[in-house]
Amino acid sequence: MDTQTLIYLFVGLSFTMYIGIAIWSRAGSTKEFYVAGGGVNPVVNGMATAADWMSAASFISMAGIIAFAGYDASVYLMGWTGGYVMLALLLAPYLRKFGQFTVPDFIGTRYYSKAARVVAVVCLIFISFTYIAGQMRGVGIVFSRFLDVPITMGVIIGMAIVFFYAVLGGMKGITYTQVAQYCVLIFAYMVPAFFISFLITGNPIPQLGLGSTVNDGSGLYVLQKLDLVLQDMGFGAYTDGSKSMIDVFCITAALMVGTAGLPHVIVRFFTVPKASDARKSAGWALVFIALLYTTAPAVGAFARINFIETVDQTEYAEAPAWFKNWEANDLIAWYDKNDDGVMQLAAGDAFMGKPSYADTTGTAGQRMVTNPPNEESANEVYVDRDIMVLANPEIANLPGWVIALVAAGGLAAALSTAAGLLLVISSSISHDLLKSTFRPQITEKGELMAARISATAAIVVAGYLGIYPPGWVAQVVAFAFGLAAASLFPAIFMGIFSKSMNKEGAIAGMVTGLVFTFSYIAYFKLVNPEANVAANWLFGVSPEGIGVIGMLLNFAVAIVVSKMTASPPLEVRKLVDSIRVPRGAGDAAAH
Amino acid sequence: MSEDEVETTESEQAYWSENIRLLVTLMAIWFVVSFGAGILFRDFLDQFSLGGYPLGFWFAQQGSIYVFIGLIFYYTWKMKRIERKYDLDD
Repeated sequence: MDTQTLIYLFVGLSFTMYIGIAIWSRAGSTKEFYVAGGGVNPVVNGMATAADWMSAASFISMAGIIAFAGYDASVYLMGWTGGYVMLALLLAPYLRKFGQFTVPDFIGTRYYSKAARVVAVVCLIFISFTYIAGQMRGVGIVFSRFLDVPITMGVIIGMAIVFFYAVLGGMKGITYTQVAQYCVLIFAYMVPAFFISFLITGNPIPQLGLGSTVNDGSGLYVLQKLDLVLQDMGFGAYTDGSKSMIDVFCITAALMVGTAGLPHVIVRFFTVPKASDARKSAGWALVFIALLYTTAPAVGAFARINFIETVDQTEYAEAPAWFKNWEANDLIAWYDKNDDGVMQLAAGDAFMGKPSYADTTGTAGQRMVTNPPNEESANEVYVDRDIMVLANPEIANLPGWVIALVAAGGLAAALSTAAGLLLVISSSISHDLLKSTFRPQITEKGELMAARISATAAIVVAGYLGIYPPGWVAQVVAFAFGLAAASLFPAIFMGIFSKSMNKEGAIAGMVTGLVFTFSYIAYFKLVNPEANVAANWLFGVSPEGIGVIGMLLNFAVAIVVSKMTASPPLEVRKLVDSIRVPRGAGDAAAH
Repeated sequence: MSEDEVETTESEQAYWSENIRLLVTLMAIWFVVSFGAGILFRDFLDQFSLGGYPLGFWFAQQGSIYVFIGLIFYYTWKMKRIERKYDLDD
């Protein structure tokens, strides 16, 4: 079978499986729709959480980012895993003991205030939509590159699949499809990683391969060789970063706290039977996540070596087939600055901006670009970082079924995250806005219907954002983590660990954190992007890391305001006492 | 804190303060392996190596993640024991 047929087969089979699971696990009550009935095994939930968490960005982009950023990319590796320690130790067991359906549920009840609940809903919706637009785009991109359908068609197919199991099955359907999606995506990620690690180092375990010697007879370690080769070309050393220490510190912290405050992750811990299961489940989630996250740095480093070795000083006429395939897909471009027909790699951009291709081809047959060349650099090759994972199997000459597997894995990663986000959006609308705030008299059946309608509406909006991505989407991913860190995390944390935190303090803190972080990111990313350089940053902290300053402001304002206003009523202090002890989680879930 | 005394039993209070002590210890380790070894003291640690990994780089891209997993499972195990001790387990 040729590769294209294999891709259709693998993707078709995986989609059939997701739909089958959806039909088998339809939700019959709001409890099943919001929290899968609250009886999910902690290991199963850990696996679903891992699929929920690992998005198209983790699967497709992360290794590519590491390949080109080296040490600097550590912020993502530590940031996106360290958050789970905070979740397991500081939030998940208590929120499970509290035992309701959504994050705004907790904030609204703990701070005895509809206003607090509505502020939380606003944060949640903003965070989730920012995040989901990228997922639908990811679905579209995988479809268009591997299945040769237009991006729009790809997004619509993705929407239809997610509609099927998110709207029918709610959290219950999502949980079991996510388990299947985790298996698909991790298998798809690990297989090429084993091959490539073995090819380059002779050791098939990528985590060990990255610490081993290259098997080219030089006796150099992989990282030593990368450092040498890159410095030769005028780059900084791979193991040395270019970001300032304070910025690395703050970005890591903002990503950690942001991860712990992301509603679609938190809500997964509402689905296990007991408070102690929530801890265990977070541990398993991190095991399943770490499998991919400790492999990604190896994949990144190997891909960089492979790429340099196959491309640098190679005549274009001799370039491998994958190079020309991805060039045809607009992700690679070669600008022959010195007219020698040979491709040279070096530090710096080959030309200004993203390639805009002319309809003509050059003397060697390459696609010409109209961008003005960057004369300050000898670099001639433009490469989109995303191809590092997508093209890896081709670069390493792996068989067609591995390429097909990667396509199915990328789709699984994007769909599972999209579904989890859609669920928190729809439950915050049907449960927090309708049932708990504006129409408390709504029946269980009516609420379930409202949840399904809002999930449908959310899918349509997400699909629209995927087909017509507003220019700002890529610019504001920092929003999701920054806002979660600066608004939701402190409110939840203080709600558990401080009995004297009252509604005035919590609301003032959330609003301060939200407004500060939002304005800082919006100013540097949208209003005045030219000013987005280290010299203008507050304390040298970039917009990606500012959420942590927002979080500190939130804490400070909340504490000061709560000292000046009335302490929370007795029943709220009793509520805090009851969520602090694990006994009785089953009862709490029933109320 | 006086407000705690009004509403909780002694064993609940003892349970909670033991939990807090454990949390502080574990979060300190969490901070040291990531922000400490992976960021603040990376340059110093990079003089040493673990196989082909400079040590600070290893902590930043591999080691911290392994420790994170260990921390969560240790906490899960330890909390179960503390809860049983005070008869507050679920």
